[in-house]
Amino acid sequence: MADAAPLLQVEGVVKAYGEEVKTLALRGVSLTLAAGEFVALIGPSGSGKSTLLNIIGLLDRPTEGRVTIGGVDPAALDEPALAALRGRSLGFVFQFHHLLPAFSALENVMLPAWGDEGRPTPASRAQATELLKAVGLGDRLDARPTALSGGQKQRVAVARALSRSAPLVLADEPTGNLDTQTSDEVFALMRQFNLTRGVTFLIVTHDPRIAERCDRVISVVDGVIASDARTPAAQAAMLAAPPTTNRT
Amino acid sequence: MRFEWFMALRYLRDARGQTALILSAVSVGVAVIVFLSALINGLQASLIDKTLGSQAHVTLRVPKERPRALVDATEQTAIAREVQVAPERLRSVDQWPEVAAEVARLAGVTHVSPVVTGAGFGLRSDAQRPVVVRGVEPERFLGVIDVRRRLVEGRYDLGGGSVNIGATLAADLGLGVGDKLRLRTAEGVEDLVVVSGVFALGNQAVDRTWVLTSLRHAQSLFGLSGGVTALEVKVADVFDAERVATAARDLTGLEADSWMTVNAELLVGLSAQSSSKSMIQFFVVLAVALGIASVLIVSVVQKSKEIGILRAFGTPAARIRRVFLIEGGVLGLIGSFLGSGLGTLLARLFESVARGPDGAPKFPVQLDAKLYLSASLLAIGVGLAAAWVPARRAARLDPATAIGNG
Repeated sequence: MADAAPLLQVEGVVKAYGEEVKTLALRGVSLTLAAGEFVALIGPSGSGKSTLLNIIGLLDRPTEGRVTIGGVDPAALDEPALAALRGRSLGFVFQFHHLLPAFSALENVMLPAWGDEGRPTPASRAQATELLKAVGLGDRLDARPTALSGGQKQRVAVARALSRSAPLVLADEPTGNLDTQTSDEVFALMRQFNLTRGVTFLIVTHDPRIAERCDRVISVVDGVIASDARTPAAQAAMLAAPPTTNRT
Repeated sequence: MRFEWFMALRYLRDARGQTALILSAVSVGVAVIVFLSALINGLQASLIDKTLGSQAHVTLRVPKERPRALVDATEQTAIAREVQVAPERLRSVDQWPEVAAEVARLAGVTHVSPVVTGAGFGLRSDAQRPVVVRGVEPERFLGVIDVRRRLVEGRYDLGGGSVNIGATLAADLGLGVGDKLRLRTAEGVEDLVVVSGVFALGNQAVDRTWVLTSLRHAQSLFGLSGGVTALEVKVADVFDAERVATAARDLTGLEADSWMTVNAELLVGLSAQSSSKSMIQFFVVLAVALGIASVLIVSVVQKSKEIGILRAFGTPAARIRRVFLIEGGVLGLIGSFLGSGLGTLLARLFESVARGPDGAPKFPVQLDAKLYLSASLLAIGVGLAAAWVPARRAARLDPATAIGNG
């Protein structure tokens, strides 16, 4: 059934900081992402969107409320189980590529699987090679990050985020540090993975050019969701070709 | 390769300068330990060797006669009595061949040599010197004290009225190989013997007084036909001598003295030396540990973002901890190899520079597999221990904070 558990469900999440004087970074956020969505998360600095991203990314726990990923509630999991769930369900792309400088492009893409399984497998090597080819770096497998350009590094980071076939990729300002042309290339790459492989993306961005090209834009202001709407482009596309998945 | 090893080795290789610096520190530390241990062990071994070059590890004798009172006090009568200790006289060990065979079967015993020891004088023309006449079975005695190796003149021949004498005694009496020497025992028995060899065992008291002859000859000089006054024992491990002495005492009922009781002062000196060695080693180890720890702490701080990324991508904290533990252990291991080499070089150099007039090393060094093994295990252990705090710190990093995607 199409009405199975959504990929991501956030219900009434509150996040408070501080012991005596409590500061509420999130004041009750609820949202749902279905598999295959391509969503932008926008909001001014200090609006709470990074806190929300950390909570969705299982890097932080909510003070109140609940997050489930693929129907799994991480609240009861201990550290190793949480790490394993994170590894299997989530990929991350950061504003600064955050590649490990001591390792080649291929090793960087292989490390997430390697770190979880303990040893590199032929399958993970093949997967990493295939992904680097898909991002157009098939000839730079052995290059260290220092030998790559900014755009190339971010493309390796995208490949790394997909290396464990995670259904949901969280991207925090993935193009924030790139010039317009490179930024478009990286965005196009993510869009391509979304369309061809059905990977769900949640992209935090300041760039309206990026946001308007997503299917859905969620805006967070002062710790609550201020708006959550399909973009005009997406609506037009849906009218032209209504998604078959909505029919039962 | 396992993730932990792959990461650790790559980090070490990538931070070449840092790795080289800390490796030098570990190597110097291990080298000091190896060098110092080699030197002190060598010195101690040579001291013990010198001491034991002229004495048996364990000596078994008939217990001293205890004087018995002829009259005892009763409840009714008090008495004033005087008990006189009888003068020592030579007494033979009962059935010594059987006793010697039994003692030889004790664990740790390698040689047993029967001996007749008695006091007397050595005379040549006008000169006379007090001597200790020791009658031995020539081949068995060599097992206990290797006189043949210490001969400075002549042959080790104790048969047919031939004797070997100490070098100082030979000089005092102006004796050389082939010269005649008159022996007179305390009881007044005299005999004329021929010097067949002169030995120097390195102990003045021994070299000034000893006259080695055959067992049979000494027995006839001291009127102990067929008897022996003591059994001298050599053991495999010199520091096991006290235990063997106790075992021999329990087995035979004889009085047993080990070299360790006879040379208690030497042992105190040796143990003081050993403790100062341990203290130096402790501080060297401490310095090495602090060095490794500080380098790894810096490395964890430098890599906190990378650690955060790995954690975000699902690497368990325990695996991160092991990466840094392995780094510490590997630094210790490689440092111990380099340090062992350096220490050996230093020790050999020292040995070759410090030589006595006879060309023999003044400071004998003792390098053995046990020393290298213990130094290596120590270094690896120190590496692991020093890495403990940085590793725990790395494992406890909060990924969100470490990445700092705020």
